[in-house]
Amino acid sequence: MRNRTRVLRTATAVVGALGVLSLSACGAADTGKSKDVGGDKVVRLTVPSWVGAQANTAVAAYILKEELGYTVKSQQMGEVLAWDALSKGDIDAIMEDWGHPKEEKQYVETKKTVVKAGDLGVEGHIGWFVPKYFADAHPDVTDWKNLNKYAKDFRTAESGDKGEILEGSPDYVTNDDAIIKNLKLDLKTNYSGSEAAQITAIKKYAKEKKPFLTYWWTPQWLNAQVDLVEVKLPAYTEGCDADPKKVACAYPNTPLQKYLNADFAKNGGDAAEFLKNFKWTTEQQNEVALMIAGEKMSPEAAAEKWVKANESTWKAWLPKK
Amino acid sequence: MTAAVSAPAARKVASFRDLARHRVGSKLVVLGALALVLVPLGIGLWGSGSWPAALTVDVSGPLDDANAWVVDNRETHPLFLYFLLHLSNTATDAVTAVHNALDAMGWTGVLAAGVLFAWRAAGLGRKGIKVAATALGAFAVCGLLGMWEATLLTIALMIVAVVAAALLGVLIGLPAGLSDRVDRALRPVLDTMQVLPAFAYLLPFVLVFGTGTPAALFCTVIYAAPPMARLTALGLRGADPSVLEASASLGASPWQRLRTARLPLARKQMLLGLNQTIMMALSMVVIAALVGAGGLGEEVYSALSTVDVGRALAAGIPIVLIAVWLDRTTAAAGDRIGESAPGGGPLHGRSAWALVLAAVGAAVLLRFAVGKAWPEGWTYDISTPVNKAQDWITEHFASGIPVLGGTEVWSEHFTLWVLNPLRDGLTWLPWWSVLLLVAAVAWLVGTWATALTATASMAAIGVLGVWTKSLDTLSQVLAALVVTLVLGVLAGVLCARAGRLERWLRPVLDAMQTMPQFVYLIPVVALFGVTRASAIIAAVVYALPAVVRITTQGLREVDPAAMEAARSLGASTRQQLLQVQLPLARPALQLAVNQGVVLVLAVVVVGGLVGGGALGYDVVKGLSRGEMGIGMTAGVAIVCLGLVLDRLTQPAAARRTRSH
Repeated sequence: MRNRTRVLRTATAVVGALGVLSLSACGAADTGKSKDVGGDKVVRLTVPSWVGAQANTAVAAYILKEELGYTVKSQQMGEVLAWDALSKGDIDAIMEDWGHPKEEKQYVETKKTVVKAGDLGVEGHIGWFVPKYFADAHPDVTDWKNLNKYAKDFRTAESGDKGEILEGSPDYVTNDDAIIKNLKLDLKTNYSGSEAAQITAIKKYAKEKKPFLTYWWTPQWLNAQVDLVEVKLPAYTEGCDADPKKVACAYPNTPLQKYLNADFAKNGGDAAEFLKNFKWTTEQQNEVALMIAGEKMSPEAAAEKWVKANESTWKAWLPKK
Repeated sequence: MTAAVSAPAARKVASFRDLARHRVGSKLVVLGALALVLVPLGIGLWGSGSWPAALTVDVSGPLDDANAWVVDNRETHPLFLYFLLHLSNTATDAVTAVHNALDAMGWTGVLAAGVLFAWRAAGLGRKGIKVAATALGAFAVCGLLGMWEATLLTIALMIVAVVAAALLGVLIGLPAGLSDRVDRALRPVLDTMQVLPAFAYLLPFVLVFGTGTPAALFCTVIYAAPPMARLTALGLRGADPSVLEASASLGASPWQRLRTARLPLARKQMLLGLNQTIMMALSMVVIAALVGAGGLGEEVYSALSTVDVGRALAAGIPIVLIAVWLDRTTAAAGDRIGESAPGGGPLHGRSAWALVLAAVGAAVLLRFAVGKAWPEGWTYDISTPVNKAQDWITEHFASGIPVLGGTEVWSEHFTLWVLNPLRDGLTWLPWWSVLLLVAAVAWLVGTWATALTATASMAAIGVLGVWTKSLDTLSQVLAALVVTLVLGVLAGVLCARAGRLERWLRPVLDAMQTMPQFVYLIPVVALFGVTRASAIIAAVVYALPAVVRITTQGLREVDPAAMEAARSLGASTRQQLLQVQLPLARPALQLAVNQGVVLVLAVVVVGGLVGGGALGYDVVKGLSRGEMGIGMTAGVAIVCLGLVLDRLTQPAAARRTRSH
C-alpha cells in the first residue's frame, strides 16, 4: 500500500514536470533582437576595452542622441564576442575592427549576417617599441639586427637569461613568438594577460627610467604620456605573415574598419547611414581618447566637448535630407 | 580528580599518535619496496623528459568544430528553438523584470526595502538595529560613490542568480542528503562546478545563449550553487536522530518526516549555504561584465582600460558593501533560528512583516516628492584621491626602502629563488615519476581508490597535451598555497586567542573575499611587476579569509576538558598550542588546506591577467580570441589539478572522522 502510494506520487511528479517542460516548448523561441523599447529608434553599439574604441562609440552615441534622436545602448565585450553578437543582431555595429579574418570569412562571406561599413579613417599600427630615453642613449637599438646586443638590458626575473619583450591582452594579434624564433633573437615573451597590466608596467618602467622592450601600437592614448620609439623589423611584404609559424617580418599597417549587422544595414535608416559615413582621423580619435584616459573625463563629457568644437567635421556624416 | 580527568585525554592523544605512526609506517615500507622496483623500471623504459607526444589526444579540433556547429545551427535547430533559447529569453526577462521593479521603487523605496527587510530578518531587537544600520550604510555609500544605477543592475542580476542557484542547490542537496550513494556521485560534479574557471565556458555559453544577461546568469548559477547543495546535504545528514525516531514512531511517512522534521532541523545549515551562495555569486559580478552584463562589474572593467584604480575602487566598494549587507542579514537570520520566539506584540510574527511592507510602500510613494534617481548633489568622486594615494604607495614601497629594497625587489627574489626553482624542478622530473609521486602521496594519506583518482587526473593532464603548462601552474598554486596556509594559520591562531582581533579582522576578511580581484590587480602589478608573484599575491588575498576563518573556528572548538587538563599539568601557552590544540584541531586544519586549494585554483585565471601565464593565460586567451579549444582544454586541466590536490588533502580528514 505504502509502496504503491509512493510510486503513484513519483509518477505524478514526473508527469507534472514533463508537462511544464512541454508547455514551454510549444512555441519556438525568439531568435533575433529583443523587443525594442523605443520602436525603431534604438541603436546598440559595442564598446571594446581599449580607449580609442571608446572614443568612437562615445562620439557616435552623442551625435545619434542629440542630432538624430536615437536611444543608444552600449555593451562592453571582447572583440570576438562582439562579432558573434553582431551576427546575431544583439548589437548593430562594430566601429573599430583591427582585422579578424576568421570571423570575417564566417559571418560576412559565409553566413552573410554582417556587412562591411567602410573605413573608420584611423590607421592602426603594431610594432616593437623601446622608451625614447633608451633609444637616445643607444641609437642603434632601433634596428632589429642589434637587439641581441641589448638583450641583457631587457632581462627580468621572468625572462631568465634572455631579454624580455612585454606583451599585453590576448585580444590583440601577436606573432612575436614566431618572429623571435625566426630572426634568432635572444628574447622571450612575457604575456601580461591584460592591457591594464601592460600599461601599468610600462608606466612603472618609464618612471624609473628602466630599459624595456614592448609590443605596442598606435593609436594609443599612452603615447602622449610616454615617449616610445619603434624598433624596425624586416619590412612587411604581402603574404609574409600568412604562415603563423614562419613569420619573420614587421606587422602591416591596418586601416581600421567598421561593420554592421546585415539587417540593420538594410533597415536601420538614418542611424545606419550615419554610421557608414562616420570617418575621422587618428589625431581626432586620440584627442578624445586623451580626454578620457589622460584627463579622466567621462566618455560622454569628452564626446560632447569634441562634438561642440568640431561641427564642420561631423556635419558631413549626417544623412542627406 | 585531576589525574582521572587527564588520563583519558592523554591516552586519546597517545593512541592517535601511535595509530597514525603505525599506519603511515607500514605504508612507507611498502612504498620503499615499490620504489626500488619501479624507479629503475621507469628509467629503463622511458628515461627522462616531458609527457610524450604519442600519448596526447588533440581535443582542440573537435571543440572548435563544436563551436562552429553551434554558430551555424543556433537559429534553426530544434534544440535551440524549443529549449535553449527559451532558457535564454526567460533569463533576460527575469532580470529585466526585477530591474524594472527596483527602478520603479525609486531610491527611497529600494533603500527602505533593504534596511527594513534586514531589520526584520534579524529579529527587530538591538541586534536587528545593528544589522539595519549596516544595510543603511551600505546603500548610502553606493549612492555617494555615484554607483546607484550600476548597483541596481547588479542587484537585479544577483537576486535572480541567487534564487536560481539556491533552488538548484536545494534540488541537488536533497538527494545528496538523503542517500550516501548520491552524495558520493555528486561530489565530483560539485567540485567541477566550483573549480572549472567560468572564463573557460563563458564562450560556449555566449554562443548558445547570447551576450549580456543570459550567459552571465547561467555562469553565476553554476558557480554559486555548490555551497547551497553541500550545506543542504550536510544539514539533512546531521538531523538529530532522536527527533527523526520520534517522528517515525508517530507513523509519519518518509515525505512527512522530510517536510516536518528533517528540513526544519537543517534550516540553519541551509541558511549558511545561502550565505555562501550569495558570496560566490557576487564574486562573479566582474566576470559577468566580460560578456556585456553591465552593472558594477562593467564599471570596474572599463575603469581598468584607463588604468583608473580609483574609479575601479568606486565600483568595487559597492560590491563589497552588498556582500557585507547580505552576509550580516543572513547571518543574523541564521542566529535567530533556534532562539525561542516570544509571542505577541506588533513587532513579532506576521504583523511585523505587514509593518515592513507598509513602510516600504510609504517610501516608494516618497519618490514623487524627491525623484526616482539618486540625487546628483549627494555624490562624491573618490577617483582622484585614490589614484594619488596609489601613486604615493607605489613610489614609496616598490623600491628604495633601506635594507629591504621594497616590494619590487622582493618580487624579483621570490621569482628567482622560489618560483623558478619550483617550476624547473617540477618540469625536470620525468613524467612517469610525477605520476608515481602523486600515486604514492595519495595512497599515503588515503586509500588505493584515492590514489587511483589522483593519478588518473594527473595522467589526463598529460593526455590533453598541456603537461608543461600545468606543472608551471601547479608550481604557482603550491607556492600560493604555502604562503596562504602560513599566514592563514598564524592569523587563525591569533584570532582564536583574541576575540577582539577577530572582530577587527572580520571586515578586512570580508573585503578580501568579495572585492573583485580586478580592482587590486593594477596596484599589485605596480608594486610587484608583471610576474608570477603578482598572480600569487592575488590568489593569497582571495584564499586567505577562508583559511583564517576555518582555523579560528577549529581551534575554538577544541575540547575544553583537554585544554583544562593541559593547563592544570602546568603546560605553557606554547605547549598548549603545539601539543594539544593543534593536534586536536587537525581535522579543521585539513579542511582549511582543502578549501585553500579550491580557492587558490579559482584565481588561476585571474593570475593570467597579470603575468601568471601558463593555464590561466590560455583560458583568458581562449575567451578573448574565440578559441574554444585552447580555453576549454586549459580549463579542464585546471579541474584535473584541482582533483589531484583535493585527493592529496581531503581523505585523511574523512577517514579520521570515521575512525572517531
